[in-house]
Amino acid sequence: MSTQLISEQALARSRTARARLVAVLGPMTMLGGVAWGFLQPYRLTVLHPHGQGLWWLLVEPPLLVIAVGVVFALLIAPGLIEDLEDDASAAR
Amino acid sequence: MHQPPAEHVHWLFATGFLLLGVCLLARAIVGDEVWSRRAWRAYLWPSLLFSLGVLMWPVMVFFTNSTIHMVAHGAWAQTMMLAGAAELGLVRGKLHARAWRLCLPLALAVSGIALLVHEQNGWYFARAAFLHHALGWTALIGAVFPLLMVFRPRARAWGAGLALTLVVASVLLYSDRDVAPVFGHLSPLAGEPHR
Repeated sequence: MSTQLISEQALARSRTARARLVAVLGPMTMLGGVAWGFLQPYRLTVLHPHGQGLWWLLVEPPLLVIAVGVVFALLIAPGLIEDLEDDASAAR
Repeated sequence: MHQPPAEHVHWLFATGFLLLGVCLLARAIVGDEVWSRRAWRAYLWPSLLFSLGVLMWPVMVFFTNSTIHMVAHGAWAQTMMLAGAAELGLVRGKLHARAWRLCLPLALAVSGIALLVHEQNGWYFARAAFLHHALGWTALIGAVFPLLMVFRPRARAWGAGLALTLVVASVLLYSDRDVAPVFGHLSPLAGEPHR
């Protein structure tokens, strides 16, 4: 096996690992928000909404963390992974 | 519509910093070349930083109750806008000099100093005081990463360091409460904790 082929395979593996990392960033952020919600349920006013003001119902930190994960996973990660894969196939 | 409590404003900014941190972490993972392949993505994080700076102005106007507090918020607004605008100019190709990249470490350093200077109380006075000190040192130490990126722009470790600095800043901002103890400490001068 030529050294060029070995280095190309190593590069492709590194790109796959990077794509996996990008793919888990969103779900990991969401998981962080869910775990926080379980650890501090009193910060989720949606669970006990009676008597809460508008801002307490709108701004709930664990839900905001989940929202960041969702935005990244749905809007940013797919295109980024696609571009990484294009990069990998162009290098082959 | 009532004005939101100050802690809610901190949580909203924490969300902005978390999104910024996650985007910069992804950029550090894939490299600037792949990240900037789509134009909208290249503009995303500088625009977000610039917007956070713009949004800091109403916070300065409506949520500060002392001169030093107001000056600190004004300094954050200005430096975040400067760093965001400089990065936008670099992405667009309007700015060429590498020195413009110094705006980002400058923003973090000035923000860190402003946080430390405007907090008049000790670490364990209340949670807000603790977070001001912790955020100040986080921003000051975190300023090293974009500074190193000026000289080694392709080094992913520095990019990841910057991203994680922003994630830590967001965690600290999410921990903020108007009046609350920190590790069991709360000065009687801080007021009555609520919620």
